[in-house]
Amino acid sequence: MTTTVTDRPTTSAADGFDPRIEGQRLFRDWYAELEQANERNQPVANVFVMGNAVEILRAFDFKLVFPEINSLQTGVRKASEEYIRLSEDYGMSPDVCSYVKADVGLILKENKHPAGRIPKASLAIASNMCGTFIKWAEIWERWLKTPTFVLDLPGQRSAGFHVRPGDAQHAADSRWVEAQFTELIERCEKITGKKLDLDKLAEIEDRANRMVIHWNNVMRLNRVCPAPYNAMLDGLTFIGIMNVYRGAEEGVEFMRRLDEHLQAKVARGEGRVADERFRLLFSGTPCYVSMRRLVELFETWGGVFAYSDYLTFAAGGMDASEILYDTSRPLESLAEVTALAAQRGLSNQFFAHERLEQQIHDYGTDGVVFHGIKSCRFVSSGMADTREYLSRRLDVPTLYIESDLIDPRYWSDAQIKNRVDAFFEALHQRGGGPVTRKASEPERTQA
Amino acid sequence: MSGKYFAGVDVGSTQTKAIIVDERGAIVGRALADMETSMKTIAQDAFRAALDNAGIAEGDVEYVVGTGYGRYNVQFGREQVTEISCHARGAVTLFPGTRTVIDIGGQDTKAIRIGPEGNVLNFTMNDKCAAGTGRFLGAASFALEMSLGALGPLALTSQNPVRITTTCTVFAESEIISHLAKGILPEDVLMGVHQAITSRCVSLARRVGIESEVTFTGGVSRNVAMVRLLSDELGLPVNVSEDAHFCGALGAALVAHDRAHAAVAA
Repeated sequence: MTTTVTDRPTTSAADGFDPRIEGQRLFRDWYAELEQANERNQPVANVFVMGNAVEILRAFDFKLVFPEINSLQTGVRKASEEYIRLSEDYGMSPDVCSYVKADVGLILKENKHPAGRIPKASLAIASNMCGTFIKWAEIWERWLKTPTFVLDLPGQRSAGFHVRPGDAQHAADSRWVEAQFTELIERCEKITGKKLDLDKLAEIEDRANRMVIHWNNVMRLNRVCPAPYNAMLDGLTFIGIMNVYRGAEEGVEFMRRLDEHLQAKVARGEGRVADERFRLLFSGTPCYVSMRRLVELFETWGGVFAYSDYLTFAAGGMDASEILYDTSRPLESLAEVTALAAQRGLSNQFFAHERLEQQIHDYGTDGVVFHGIKSCRFVSSGMADTREYLSRRLDVPTLYIESDLIDPRYWSDAQIKNRVDAFFEALHQRGGGPVTRKASEPERTQA
Repeated sequence: MSGKYFAGVDVGSTQTKAIIVDERGAIVGRALADMETSMKTIAQDAFRAALDNAGIAEGDVEYVVGTGYGRYNVQFGREQVTEISCHARGAVTLFPGTRTVIDIGGQDTKAIRIGPEGNVLNFTMNDKCAAGTGRFLGAASFALEMSLGALGPLALTSQNPVRITTTCTVFAESEIISHLAKGILPEDVLMGVHQAITSRCVSLARRVGIESEVTFTGGVSRNVAMVRLLSDELGLPVNVSEDAHFCGALGAALVAHDRAHAAVAA
């Protein structure tokens, strides 16, 4: 009934590329660079993974700190509880976002992170992509005197609301965003003493474009059965690189090699699990502190996460090939893409059912797993409605489990294993698995 | 097959239940063991007691399935199956028209939607909190210094039930003591406790969609007040079998029966 899991290396003899090892190396390098930023008097910016204008910041040579990634890394490195408890000792409620609490713990530990010392930021960019971002940035502003710039990005206005590239609404949204970018650029010029180099911005955008093209290919490759990677384990490394190295040459190279590597796996018919029996979609944000364990619980049943809407949401809506920069108009295009991506990133969470229905079809999934986050009602509150829609209207099997982003105190192994096992028992009763269908060759785009 | 019997052992949070069925799936032996004994041996103790009850030897049992949170303690079992699948199987066997199962155990409450073929369509369980479970009654039993079995009948005599506002099982005990200290009658406090549990578990059941027939399983199904309140709240009659407490173990025994026959057929 069950298959053996798997922390198998993904390296193939053909290319010698292991995305996990290479991803870890890039993260080490990135943290090593950050450690030296203050000593080298390099400008440093705190940014979130959604709606962050990193292309502008890169054009001014800012070193980028991603506080969300710092926090999730404390979880991955099994150190999050120490940071969270520090913030609770300080007086923060257990209900506050555990990312915020781990970051407050980091401040209380004088920026000493398990991956290295985090530099003091000379600017923080927040946005309305998450309500907590703004309050989080206020903590930096008040405690650390970090100048803050909040982007107001147009999101989803109502159900069925669509902004299409080039339509009047998109043009209006883009002008609104561009005006804010102009203000941000002035701020960056004051901090760095440099003028914005539009050619440099265009080069950064060109590299981001190439990464996005490879990214879209990588996403499409998992439509194949068996899926060459697990979207909620391998995919988390991929999205980490997409965020941290967006617009950097190392990022382009990683994504190019990853694309090739996965193409080769698909050509060999090699899946993430040896005996793929169920293809699943993961909706919500990960439990970084126990993600490997969660994936193991599914993979022992031959269940692989072929896709996750997190890979769209946490990449700021970056899953559509039409979202590419026009490098001949770098600033205008940046505003246009940001406006579209913000709207898609937000709609992905708040009007999830339409998009999930499409993704279930595209990735040929047998069921959807919702992961509610105890310390984030923002991403978890609509899950019950979406689950009901999928179960009752579309007869798609669903499972709801709950833990947290990085707070290990909300992980209850016996309870979660029980639910996962029962979910697969029900899938078997429905006659699911082993998977017999053949997937079609995914459409590809050249970078 | 060497044996003629099949066993299910349900290792729950407060009690372990064992059932033995024969070739026709009929119950021939049952046993109940409280968790006061060793966690390591309780599954074996319950299994042996069920063998004694059936008047058969261990070698007569062809296949054993473990279920419940402690199912991996059933080391002599051939397979482990979750209690969700087992309660569904047991409930459909006891009441073939079952479409919704409400199972209230010591620390878990589950609602299971069943398809026309008896398969599990959907399920939901309480998360990270024992409100709405048997533990809530345990807290009342402790505070009132009464046996669990006496709670339901006394609650049904209530004329003015109080409203228990806390959703926390631990705090419930203090709330009960506080009401008693104010001179509120024990039956009125108890009825409030039963209503609070009913409200929580009906809310859980509504999440999976309630469809008649509803079958109530688990240890709390022995409580007469809970049966009546559930039925009133749902506006539907609720099936309760004398074996409802053993429903998970029965389902496990029937799965064992199926597996043994499938192995022979293969």
